[in-house]
Amino acid sequence: MKSANELHAASGSHESWIPLLEVAAREVFELMLGSRLTLPETAEETNLNVTAMVGLAGQLCGVLSVRCEDGAAALMTSKMLGVELHKVGSEEMSDALGEICNMVAGNFKNKISGLSEGCMLSPPTVITGNDYSLHSQAESPGLQVRLLFESMPMIVSLQIQS
Amino acid sequence: MSIRALIVDDSSVMRKIVERSLRQAGIDLSKVFEAGNGADALVVLQENQVDLILCDINMPVMDGLEFIKQLPGVANAKDVPVVMITTEGSESHVVQALSCGARGYIRKPFTPQQVKEHVVPVLGGKS
Repeated sequence: MKSANELHAASGSHESWIPLLEVAAREVFELMLGSRLTLPETAEETNLNVTAMVGLAGQLCGVLSVRCEDGAAALMTSKMLGVELHKVGSEEMSDALGEICNMVAGNFKNKISGLSEGCMLSPPTVITGNDYSLHSQAESPGLQVRLLFESMPMIVSLQIQS
Repeated sequence: MSIRALIVDDSSVMRKIVERSLRQAGIDLSKVFEAGNGADALVVLQENQVDLILCDINMPVMDGLEFIKQLPGVANAKDVPVVMITTEGSESHVVQALSCGARGYIRKPFTPQQVKEHVVPVLGGKS
């Protein structure tokens, strides 16, 4: 396990955290959904209209988000709960995606020495729709991992404020 | 022998996942009670006897650590094993939970096998 300072110093930025972010997401999907995430061949912009966000505060301040299509969010919920897709309600879907985001954030910070102890997570927030602008105090463009869940695109992002 | 479990988590989806994981782990559940925070869980325990409590840490109203600190004063919760299930993976959280009386600690994400490995030993043959 690398410390936050070691990883930061190695690259002068947080880009060395991208593989950890990807692994954190992969582990959550494999353990909780039994689903293996894959890498997309192209970075297509699609209608990712469900966004789950978890705030980080302490040694690392920022926002971790998971974005996907509502169809993907419903399938994630179905797989998490072991229920048929048509039985998934919108409230369950928001709850499930929020928990996925929460677990990715927790798993990510647990992979970086010092962050596990010194970084707290907020309860997840889920936004449905894509007609919004997100304004943050982030000092950099942030880290982004594009993945495919059952062939559907999803993006895991980390906006770092300090 | 079947057991009665109380699952405490502010996410209803996570409560269902924990219940499913217990069943997949081969634990025979006769009754499952649910609560969305520590305060609601204390109300459940005032009226119901359980054999096992699985509890998240980060919850609104009353968090998991405060909840387990309150348990010695609850007649129905005396000697009931508590296993924490949480995204908080730091050593200090584990030490704090165990010093407050938790008997096990499972980090999310988890597998049914991990649930079995942490829960079966604390049931003392009840499962």
